[in-house]
Amino acid sequence: MRLTCPLCGPRDRREFTYYGAEEYLHRPGPDAAPDLSQGGAWDNYLHLRDNPAGPTRDLWYHDQGCAAWLLVSRNTLTHDITGVELVAARKGARDEA
Amino acid sequence: MRLEGKGIIDRTREVSFRFDGRDYRGFRGDTLASALLANGVKLFGRSFKYHRPRGLLTAGPEEPNALVEVIGKTSRTPNTRATMQEIFDGLESRSQNRLGSLRHDLMAVNDLVSPFLSAGFYYKTFMWPRHFWEGLYEPIIRRAAGLGSLAKVHDEGVYEKAWAHCDLLVIGAGPAGLMAALTAARAGADVILAEEQPLTGGRLIADGGLIGGDPAAQWVHRVEAELRAMPNVRIMTRTTVTGAYDNGTYGALERVGLHRSPRPNLPRECFWRIVARRAVLTTGAQERHIAFPMNDRPGIMLASAVRTYLNRFGVAPGKRVTLFAANDQARQTARDLMAAGVQVAAIIDPREDVSVVEECPVHAGAVVIDTKGRHALQAITVRKGSETFRIETDCLAVSGGWNPGLHLTCHMNSRPRWSEEIAAFVPVEAAVPGLAAAGAANGSFSTHGALTAGRLAAERALAALDLRAPDLAVPAAEDTPYTHRAIWSVEGAKGRNGRAWLDFANDVTVKDVQLSAQENFASVEHMKRYTTQGMAPDQGKNSNVAALAVLADATGRGIPETGTTTFRPPYVPVSIAAMGAGGRAKGFAPERFLTSDQASRDRLAPMIEAGLWYRPSYFPKPGETTWREACDREVRMVRGAVGVCDVSTLGKIDIQGPDAGRFLDFVYTNTFSTLPVGRVRYGLMLREDGLVMDDGTSARLAETHYLMTTTTAAAGQVMRHLDFVQQAFCATWKLRLISVTEAFAQFAIAGPKARALIDTVLDQPLGDLPFMGVRPVSVGGVEARLFRISFSGEEGYELAVPVDYGEALFRDLVARAETMGGGPYGMEALNVLRIEKGFLTHAEIHGRVSADDVGLGAMVSPRKDCIGRAASQRPGLWGPEREQLVGLKAAGAISAGAHLFRPGFAVERENDQGYVTSVCWSPTLDSWLGLAFLTDGRARHGERIRLVDHLRGIDVECEVTHPVFFDADGGRMRG
Repeated sequence: MRLTCPLCGPRDRREFTYYGAEEYLHRPGPDAAPDLSQGGAWDNYLHLRDNPAGPTRDLWYHDQGCAAWLLVSRNTLTHDITGVELVAARKGARDEA
Repeated sequence: MRLEGKGIIDRTREVSFRFDGRDYRGFRGDTLASALLANGVKLFGRSFKYHRPRGLLTAGPEEPNALVEVIGKTSRTPNTRATMQEIFDGLESRSQNRLGSLRHDLMAVNDLVSPFLSAGFYYKTFMWPRHFWEGLYEPIIRRAAGLGSLAKVHDEGVYEKAWAHCDLLVIGAGPAGLMAALTAARAGADVILAEEQPLTGGRLIADGGLIGGDPAAQWVHRVEAELRAMPNVRIMTRTTVTGAYDNGTYGALERVGLHRSPRPNLPRECFWRIVARRAVLTTGAQERHIAFPMNDRPGIMLASAVRTYLNRFGVAPGKRVTLFAANDQARQTARDLMAAGVQVAAIIDPREDVSVVEECPVHAGAVVIDTKGRHALQAITVRKGSETFRIETDCLAVSGGWNPGLHLTCHMNSRPRWSEEIAAFVPVEAAVPGLAAAGAANGSFSTHGALTAGRLAAERALAALDLRAPDLAVPAAEDTPYTHRAIWSVEGAKGRNGRAWLDFANDVTVKDVQLSAQENFASVEHMKRYTTQGMAPDQGKNSNVAALAVLADATGRGIPETGTTTFRPPYVPVSIAAMGAGGRAKGFAPERFLTSDQASRDRLAPMIEAGLWYRPSYFPKPGETTWREACDREVRMVRGAVGVCDVSTLGKIDIQGPDAGRFLDFVYTNTFSTLPVGRVRYGLMLREDGLVMDDGTSARLAETHYLMTTTTAAAGQVMRHLDFVQQAFCATWKLRLISVTEAFAQFAIAGPKARALIDTVLDQPLGDLPFMGVRPVSVGGVEARLFRISFSGEEGYELAVPVDYGEALFRDLVARAETMGGGPYGMEALNVLRIEKGFLTHAEIHGRVSADDVGLGAMVSPRKDCIGRAASQRPGLWGPEREQLVGLKAAGAISAGAHLFRPGFAVERENDQGYVTSVCWSPTLDSWLGLAFLTDGRARHGERIRLVDHLRGIDVECEVTHPVFFDADGGRMRG
């Protein structure tokens, strides 16, 4: 498996560390009520994940490379990798936190 | 028997080797199979279950019978295919799967009781009595089962793994592969041509024929020479592509040194990962056997194998050969044999309407229904219409048609398609993205067809690679249509035991497959598991399609409806040593050494691993016989004078920018933006789920410049976490961070005389540096940083210099300390000092504790958001039902990992009150000390608790205390 890091180019997967689903980027804002009940914003953010058969987006860390966090679009059925973008440069990065 | 003037072996180079204790001679270019065959050896092994005598069936990688052990000085490789093992001087080999000698295998008794050993025998027989299984049945079956044996010592051989990249990978260097490689190479593509055999040419070197009017071998030679001369081509012979994986990645096994006498540092095998933008599968096809009664005797082999032994190795596999084939192509075998002067007894063809052209008896509409000969074939019985007759023959060449070598196309979940036209499975298109099958691998069996398909496949690949295909004419070559009749099995004469083998390696017969269907294991996957067909080292290469046909027939379905089992990687057995090359012992694991490493070793300090780091455990003095003596002395030395310790392994992260303080506020539970320049603060970091990730100190070096330290254990995790938080949530904030762990060597100087020692090394007087202060200093003209922090509870400093000066500074500090009654201290003493003070390490913050558990709940600021704050407020993460950090004091030895119980309560899980994380003998307090997590622990100081460690046989009562045992108000470290 190879990922094309937007900064470093195509690299072997051994250079990367997998973290988890894209949802980790959608942290409930500082003003969100700390709703920890089942199905609440924080419960969702921390614990609830889909297990898609098909397209998925998840987070990888280029720890043996440029230290960039990457948002990878791939398909769990075909193993196709359809896109790799920098977490820091994605749309909406400015609005978080 | 070797034939004069035939074959492409090097007759000037004689090679001597051994098989089953006897010396033999062959020539360079021989395989073990061809060399033994030339010496008249027909018996190569015993079958797996019935221990029937077996000889060569094939001349290639699919060989099911001739599996031998190759014995080296320190290695023994079982299940080596004699058809693939090239001979070299000193090669020592041995037949396997026998008890006694190969000719008189005692286990052959299995063959006599074979009527009772049908498929499912074990399932049906060893059911009861149940307790007999472990004690009796299993050991006996295990001893009888398995092929070959292991050396049971470490394989000292060298193995390698390697990566390669190319535009086009051509898998197989037969006519289609050579043509594809040539087309792509001339277009300028980077080409890798992988060929399993030592020679390129595929069937051309075994079958001869003409290409462009010249002998095929000349064409092969010309093409290979052109390819070898091109810088963009790499020809890898003795390399089997074993698997197709995602993103155009292919596994390949290269036999680097297996074909020659071992020499130091020459790898035996190399496992390649080849990344190809496009690939062409030109693996050719494999001939099929026919399941006629007693079709497994030594001397019965595939017609293509007979041609290979004859034409490539110059060996006649028999003196009087018979051909049994249902296709025209196999007739070449008879013609080649006769041309070489070998007698052909007859041609037996099940088809009625065959043209008779050969100068030997041809029996049309006839089949072989029995064979004779215990250790070698002597005669066959033929049925033609209603008459049967016997033919004396010592070699029967068989061809039941051809199966395309499509295995790799199935490695990514695709199933092949049944072609009625050639009665075989063919690959479907795009089964593996970027891989296209061509030539015989794609069901096109003529030489001209292969050449044309090879060029076409390369042209398509070039188009996908944006390269222009060259003008390359396909030379004239044999182009006769494939005429054949599918024949899977032949019924024997009535009333005779006519076992007809399908899977030679696992001894599966036609009857076994029929029995499977009869007992309703009618799905192909069930049949496979019930009979074990296709589960031997050859993975069904010789038997899958025929077994499927028999199953289809037995269940009254067609072959396409019956389906096929899945081919999975690897295509041939791959030694674990090759795949795991570089992974033995430490392998390529990095080792991290401190700048003080040599200085510590000079003082005979035993080094212990801390992650990848090596740190000194303690520094023994003459007369000290145990580590405890050294450790106790070092602790007293720090408490009484001064100690020096290398703490460079702590993670150091440099954070700069106007928003650096704001960023630290977000990742720490407490506030850092308010920290004055020149000051240090202890910080607590949570994971987003509210549990403690790490702790450490951060210093503000300048208005926009912080330096964070992490624990040694969590340095990598914290860096990854900070990168994530910054890039995911703070991408627009003005700050940058980078790990500087390896840029600075840092030494702790602790003890009542620490300040005095510091004063002797600084270039300028220090003046007043308050506790938790930091200041730039100069040491011997080198810029350094001095922190006043303490992990020992004594007045403590940490002095950081660029790594280049680390060793010199360490040696200097230790020498100065020794003049003051001090010296170096190691990890053991460091641990005792911090336990006495109740300081945390990752023994305590092990990933399951909250801030409240370790008594730091108040550090989670309610006035700001931070990572983990919301989740840390969850019910269940704080309160009396939690296990909270406490100290333990005991008179006798205690242990980390022990569990805590109320005195008087049974030592059972439901009474478990907590567990111990760290323990030490404290020379300062003359007591055993422990840190532990105890249910509602903070409210229970002063209680007695029972500590039990079954593993170490410890059962003592302790006193529950505050976790800070020594100098609770911190007067010593504040100075």
